[in-house]
Amino acid sequence: MGTDTIARLELKSITKRFPGVLANDQVSFSVLPGEIHALLGENGAGKSTLVKMIYGIMQPDGGEIRWNGERIVVPNPKAARKLGIGMVFQHFSLFEAMTVLENIALGMDAKIPARELEARIKEVMSQYGLKLEPHRIVSTLSVGERQRIEIVRALLLNPKLLIMDEPTSVLTPQEVEQLFIVLRKLASEGCSILYISHKLHEIKALCHTATILRGGKLVDTCNPSVETSRSMAEKMIGGNLKTIEKAEGRAIGREKLIVNRLNMPARSHFGVSLKDITFTVREGEIFGIAGVAGNGQNALLLALSGETLTDDPGAITVDGAQLGKLTAKQRRLAGVSSVPEERNGHAAVPEFTLADNSVLTARDRLGMVKVGLIDQKAARTYAGEVISTFAVKALGPGSTAGSLSGGNLQKYIMGREIMQNPAVLVVSQPTWGVDAGAAAAIHQALVDLAAAGSAIVVISQDLDELLSLCDTLAVINEGRLSPAMKVADADIEEIGLLMGGVHGDPAATANLHPELAHAHQA
Amino acid sequence: MRIKLEKRPEPSTLMAFATPIASVLLTMAIGVIVFDALGIKGEKAVIDIFLTPLLSSYKWQDVAVKAAPLIIIALGLSIGNRAQVWNIGAEGQYIIGALAAAGVGIAAGGAGGGIIITLMILAGILGGTFWAVFPAFLKTRLNVNEILTSLMLTYVALQVLGYLVGGPWKDPNGRNFPATAPLHADQTLPILFPSTTVHLGVAIAIVLPFVFWLIMSRSVFGFQIRVVGSAPDAARHGGFDAKQTIWLSLLIGGGMAGLAGALEFAGSLKAINLGFPSGYGFTAIIVSFLGRLNPIGCLIAGIVLAVTYVGGQVAQTTVHIPNSTAGIFQAMMLFFILASDILIRYRVRFIGSPKVSALPAAGE
Ligand SMILES: Nc1ncnc2c1ncn2[C@@H]1O[C@H](COP(=O)(O)OP(=O)(O)OP(=O)(O)O)[C@@H](O)[C@H]1O
Ligand SMILES: [Mg+2]
Repeated sequence: MGTDTIARLELKSITKRFPGVLANDQVSFSVLPGEIHALLGENGAGKSTLVKMIYGIMQPDGGEIRWNGERIVVPNPKAARKLGIGMVFQHFSLFEAMTVLENIALGMDAKIPARELEARIKEVMSQYGLKLEPHRIVSTLSVGERQRIEIVRALLLNPKLLIMDEPTSVLTPQEVEQLFIVLRKLASEGCSILYISHKLHEIKALCHTATILRGGKLVDTCNPSVETSRSMAEKMIGGNLKTIEKAEGRAIGREKLIVNRLNMPARSHFGVSLKDITFTVREGEIFGIAGVAGNGQNALLLALSGETLTDDPGAITVDGAQLGKLTAKQRRLAGVSSVPEERNGHAAVPEFTLADNSVLTARDRLGMVKVGLIDQKAARTYAGEVISTFAVKALGPGSTAGSLSGGNLQKYIMGREIMQNPAVLVVSQPTWGVDAGAAAAIHQALVDLAAAGSAIVVISQDLDELLSLCDTLAVINEGRLSPAMKVADADIEEIGLLMGGVHGDPAATANLHPELAHAHQA
Repeated sequence: MRIKLEKRPEPSTLMAFATPIASVLLTMAIGVIVFDALGIKGEKAVIDIFLTPLLSSYKWQDVAVKAAPLIIIALGLSIGNRAQVWNIGAEGQYIIGALAAAGVGIAAGGAGGGIIITLMILAGILGGTFWAVFPAFLKTRLNVNEILTSLMLTYVALQVLGYLVGGPWKDPNGRNFPATAPLHADQTLPILFPSTTVHLGVAIAIVLPFVFWLIMSRSVFGFQIRVVGSAPDAARHGGFDAKQTIWLSLLIGGGMAGLAGALEFAGSLKAINLGFPSGYGFTAIIVSFLGRLNPIGCLIAGIVLAVTYVGGQVAQTTVHIPNSTAGIFQAMMLFFILASDILIRYRVRFIGSPKVSALPAAGE
């Protein structure tokens, strides 16, 4: 290892161009050994692109990368791993049909016997307090659990630089705390960490330095511990941050969505079954569902959207109409829209254009189909409207969904559903990976939709989000939903207990941060 | 220097066009090398198989007539292949389609003309569709793998064929061979150009790809197939029924194979005997992939494969290699096209190693 004065990683004038966008424009900064360095910026600012070049997935068009003072070219991720660079991606690259163990084995450059690998995985997991069952099939895991695979995979390499692209987007507060313990421990052992996140209070709690990108350019470097979340957010957007405007004393009207004793068997051996889920959402009400990843949130979203059907038609009613046995298409026509947590391949088709992705869920409600044929013009027009209304950074309706940055695709998908004016909207992780400015815009759009009389269900692992957005809140655990409580008189302590009680891990809930409750107002 | 595959940010359109062409060229090159090694004049063999049918105009009609069933079957199979529904039993559906058409012809007795011919064609489509009902039912109800059922049903179809042509439908005036009586002249498909063998089926095979292209690119059904193929979860989210997709893609595959069988019977062979199935249903799988599952691609690929069929016969007489050699070439093409598919999503990079190895080895 070099001396402490030599930067572990140094970037000089890194430039990367995509057709129509300059994703990185002469970016220079360095990361010291043992430093936890934040990379901040709005959606599409070029953060993921920059770290992909460090990890060898893409090659810069200009500039140089120095590693321990020596100029290097990183031709591919394998070379990066050989140098000691590990990365946890924003989007996971896992084989759905394989087990956790097999997926990790596939990602290793060296062949290690399965038994030995399993022992090492267990060791890393217990060392860092990560819970994962090595023999489970990936397709049965929640997003949060999938991410743990990636983290374990990176840690197995004993990295000298660990790159984390939005690692906490879907983690629970407890898991975030535990991850931070891991990261601080790694840093104290001399490992540098390059950390991308939109959660600014996390940056404040964790990082030593922050580099801020805007439109591909480096605009500022600051010390997060002396900044406020708001001041950093404003540096990112180069302007003032809007706060959500909730009209005081909004009228909450008639009962709209009634879920009554909804039961659903587990879709697989490891899936979660839904047990007697019962709740009511009124016109104009935003109903939050909190819970630790993998407690039936996915199953609930699928059951409400009609991607899985119940035998009991009356288990789900909207304005008195029984929807339990209606298909996803029929439910959309009946006014129920949904946004699942996984953007790529579930909410959207990455290879398709944004226009085609609007056909996916809006074709029937917005009359994009005429005698069995798709009205391409209507689709393009609608996609264009979503893009401009939700300030999605994309070249136009003809861009493929896969070419958008993570947060911009999420904005597009949310916009696609919200602009259909659904009577009931069910969303899971609505602001996963979305920057502070855009998150505020999405929250505002949800509030406005509610104000116009829709009933909204928000499933989220982000308690701050639920507390600042929702009128009513319930907690899901092991497929059961707690009784609903008014957010105004909700008790954080109690919510924490409901969330954590499931796994019989009271220690995890005990350190729920009080700051979480107001982080979003920061 | 090392060679490395790197994922492309976006699938390459250039490669989507280049790889089928490269596959054909590679097949030809390997053919020359292998035949030379076997002591046969390699260049001559490859030229005869791939070029002679194109260069001599009197072979064109053979190419057209052979291409027609390949194209029609491949169009249907491409829909299933896109939706990841694997119908391997087009050969059986083709046979049943032809038998259904023959049944109508026999039932009509001496009658012929446009109406009877139309009925024969419709019967062919229905026959092929019917044969695809079984794999679809078993797949959607009992989750039985359609690859196995559709393939096994091909052998059942062969038994049905053997039974009919050797029993109830055997030509009473024939020489006791298992074969149906030849069709009446007014029950056969019209010939498009006088004194050639180019029949109505060829015209159908030229028009259908454009119809399919319109359906795939413009219709909701085409959209559904494309979504199911790229992202099944997104298809479910978008309200497309997975079982309906399986049913439709298998039935369309069967219907097209049945149509091809009926046209081949009523247009070219005019009688059905034990030699009727000639592997079009299997070769069409190659056509479908070589044509990139694209209808217009299938049109071109069907012609290429038909050329190898005709060329195989040419080479049989000129360089005395068995007719089945064409089959080897066809298989090689499929092999290369599937292998080179990776170039659409990945690119090959040649990496100079010095810089990388000069680095201080970190990590381990
Ligand atoms: N493969 C690609 N092809 C074309 N454009 C791309 C590609 N990848 C990224 N871009 C564009 O480059 C810009 C930067 O994208 P990048 O993914 O680096 O953003 P980001 O800062 O990580 O955003 P987010 O916070 O939303 O993840 C965006 O405008 C994006 O649309
Ligand atoms: Mg990103």
